Amino acid sequence: MTFINYASREINCKIVYYGPGLCGKTTNLQYIYDSTAKNAKGKLISLATETDRTLFFDFMPLELGTVRGFKTRFHLYTVPGQVYYDASRKLILKGVDGVVFVADSQEERMDANIESLYNLEENLQEQGFDLMKLPYVLQLNKRDLPNVIPAEELKAELQRKDEPSFDAIATDGEGVFDTLKAVAKQVLTELRKG
Amino acid sequence: MAETPVIINELNFQKIQSLLQKLCVESAARVVLLVDRDGQPIACHGDVGDMDTTSFSSLAAGNIAATSSMARLIGEEEFPAVVHEGERESIFISVIGRSLLAVVFDRRSTLGLVKLRTKKASFSVAKILEEIARDSADQTLNETSFFAEVTEDDIDSLFS
Repeated sequence: MTFINYASREINCKIVYYGPGLCGKTTNLQYIYDSTAKNAKGKLISLATETDRTLFFDFMPLELGTVRGFKTRFHLYTVPGQVYYDASRKLILKGVDGVVFVADSQEERMDANIESLYNLEENLQEQGFDLMKLPYVLQLNKRDLPNVIPAEELKAELQRKDEPSFDAIATDGEGVFDTLKAVAKQVLTELRKG
Repeated sequence: MAETPVIINELNFQKIQSLLQKLCVESAARVVLLVDRDGQPIACHGDVGDMDTTSFSSLAAGNIAATSSMARLIGEEEFPAVVHEGERESIFISVIGRSLLAVVFDRRSTLGLVKLRTKKASFSVAKILEEIARDSADQTLNETSFFAEVTEDDIDSLFS
């Protein structure tokens, strides 16, 4: 849920990165954090297991700039991707303004992508959201691996509504900022449209 | 987006700040924060120092979200308040509708005092939050609203 504070002249929005386990959600955030100037970011909070699997969520606030004198801040969250953390995923989706679905391009992860996407739609519906109306971007991650499904085929399976889709190699940063910019722009455009 | 944005005008923000200031003084707290349940910080008052209030807000919301789910698993609707006692500093978080009032206090105060003052303050905070919710729902994108002035070029310039 977007917060517009006229006193502090700030707009705060929430973006959630979703996807199956080990698809690269945390890697996206990590790259964004490492590449952003100090004065434009807060801390990267990661609630993770000892083996660095996201346990509850990752979070970082990011300041994108000023629009008509208002600072635009995006709160980026990731959800835990492993199947049994569904209860936590539902909580993190509350108040979401935009979603990035990070797909794992590897052939053997196709079922996991589809299951996670279905789970996203279900959880959004429970919160009263409709994926068809929500700012939403698809990221096809891990494009550098040898066993990836062709991008067009992956898009055909996973695209829901002609949402923008970006090839990515999150470990190198490729596609990471393009994805973020696309979803942030959608969120602001939707706010403008009312 | 399913929900209307929450719009806080200057008057309501000042009212919230005054309430937080009063609570901070009356409960002898170090910091008092008002946080949305989805993790957005709304306002804070006190000796923040180098405390990362944005992260704190997100974690407080996550904390309450998790404990509320645990409450439902044992047949409770939710836990209206949560306490974390540390060696030097403690945190008391109480749920006020869609928001959380978080009080960080040290040995200058006591849990009992914080609970008492927070309960008293929560009624006034709830009233202002209701007013904010009403104003946000009523406010349409009219000629004077902020987003009506924003152009596509303004948005594009953020990403250039």
